[in-house]
Amino acid sequence: MALFSKTRERRPTSFYFLAAFFALFVLFLYGPMLTIFILSFQGENGGLTFPMNGFSFHWFGNLFEQQAVGDFGGSFSRSLKLGLIVMVVTVVVSFMAGLAFRKRFRGDSVIFYLAIASLIVPSILISLGIGLLFNIVEWQPQWFTSALGAHLTWTFPFGLLIMFAVFNRFDPSFEEAARDLGASNWQTIQYVVLPMVGPSLIGVAMFSFTLSYDEFARTLMTAGALNTLPLEIYGMTTNVTTPVLYALGTVTTGFSFLVIALALGTVAIMRRRKGQKA
Amino acid sequence: MASDTSKRSSYFLISPMALIFAVFLVIPLLTIVVVSFWDYDEYRILPDFIFENYEYLLGSSVTWSIYLNTLKYAVLTWFFTLVIGFTVAYFLAFHVRSLTWQIVFFMLCTIPFWTSNIIRMISWIPFLGRNGLLNSALINLGIVDQPLEFLLFSDFAVVLADVHLYALFMVVPIFNSMMRIDRSLVEAARDAGASGFETLKSVIVPLSKPGIAIGSIFVITVVMGDFITVRLMSGGQSASVGLQISNEIGLLQYPAAAASAVVLLITVLLIVTALLRLVDIRKEL
Repeated sequence: MALFSKTRERRPTSFYFLAAFFALFVLFLYGPMLTIFILSFQGENGGLTFPMNGFSFHWFGNLFEQQAVGDFGGSFSRSLKLGLIVMVVTVVVSFMAGLAFRKRFRGDSVIFYLAIASLIVPSILISLGIGLLFNIVEWQPQWFTSALGAHLTWTFPFGLLIMFAVFNRFDPSFEEAARDLGASNWQTIQYVVLPMVGPSLIGVAMFSFTLSYDEFARTLMTAGALNTLPLEIYGMTTNVTTPVLYALGTVTTGFSFLVIALALGTVAIMRRRKGQKA
Repeated sequence: MASDTSKRSSYFLISPMALIFAVFLVIPLLTIVVVSFWDYDEYRILPDFIFENYEYLLGSSVTWSIYLNTLKYAVLTWFFTLVIGFTVAYFLAFHVRSLTWQIVFFMLCTIPFWTSNIIRMISWIPFLGRNGLLNSALINLGIVDQPLEFLLFSDFAVVLADVHLYALFMVVPIFNSMMRIDRSLVEAARDAGASGFETLKSVIVPLSKPGIAIGSIFVITVVMGDFITVRLMSGGQSASVGLQISNEIGLLQYPAAAASAVVLLITVLLIVTALLRLVDIRKEL
């Protein structure tokens, strides 16, 4: 029996049930998104549900007319900028924290539990707390101050946990070798550590950008006078009853997919380069 | 190298994260606790030390029914995400044989997580609505005569959307735990004569417990604090603790909102502490 265990066993019946279950799960995940994708091309006289009343780009055009549906362009550019700032800060700060956590230091478990707390404290509490704090000290909430801080409390835990996972599997002998060869601390990080953890940092970047770009609850009381995109979308759900809502959904989802593809592509290229060098 | 310098460099490296957590997590939460004892009128909040916010909150039967309702959402969502998450993770970890396909299928599950939650909620409208796809299909098939009204803007819709949004939070940690199970244990169980189901029950489920606990913490805390799913999917007909807080914020009754927030925070922390007894998170990374 052991001799033949390498050959392909026949699939048990349970496999087919589980495969069908998995297929249904994928349909459950993507089906609704697909329907709004199709409906965003609804004809000019079409409504929020099927049937399709012709095919048009009318609702996409509608999206860019400022007065019709609020300030899509402005909120999109704010969300984009905020996402990019959150991304850069999260990558740098998580990487630094990851390095710090490789040694024990006083208060390391405090930071660790703060990160876990940050993850499980309901988002609306962060929003309320920061909103109240700014209110009391009479600072004006702005998307690039209070909302930025609120988003960082959400992206740091993910960044830190990814860094833990990376450094737990990181072989320190490479750094020792670099140091034995006379590399300075900074050179060791630049030429040894960074290239090795690069793909994970891209992961942290993608994580933090999309988490920030889509964040609603933490932005609610912290964005100040100007809306970010999720706040704008939320406002639309209550007073827009045309397929322009779906057009917006299609555009932002498409943008998210673009970001994911960009991140995966970058990781693939980094991997290939590393393979060539080795 | 002296350990002093290395200690100092650790503190230097951790200081940005510590600072952000201090300013945007610790101080805001303390602010909530302080403000929950303050007074307020229509226009502003007034520094004070009163227990009225809590007395009003805990003395009102509405609060208890809202908590019950929120717990109902949390338990139902937890149950369905657990069943779905476990099954999907089990399929990926034990039935998909090549690593490439495992990665492809896993990515397929994670991609929707990277898109906007609000858009994912809205995307149920054309499916569940009065003239939606599901109702049309049911009528065409002759299963029902009238469109089903409970599909959209109901508890059903809230739980469905929650499961849709958060099933991944179960899949990922359970899959992670399952991938660490030594395959020889499964083979040993089979060689000792265990059926597939017995192996599942006495080997795989116990060893997946850390993943199940982490997934449960995620799902339960996120549903307990949620307000947007409840508002959008119940069409304003149901309440949750988070929604109550957000309504109080909307009415500028910040001290009342703060008191609700403190009670919610305590509730969530109690649940998490109970679940953490099952797992050491730091070991799981």
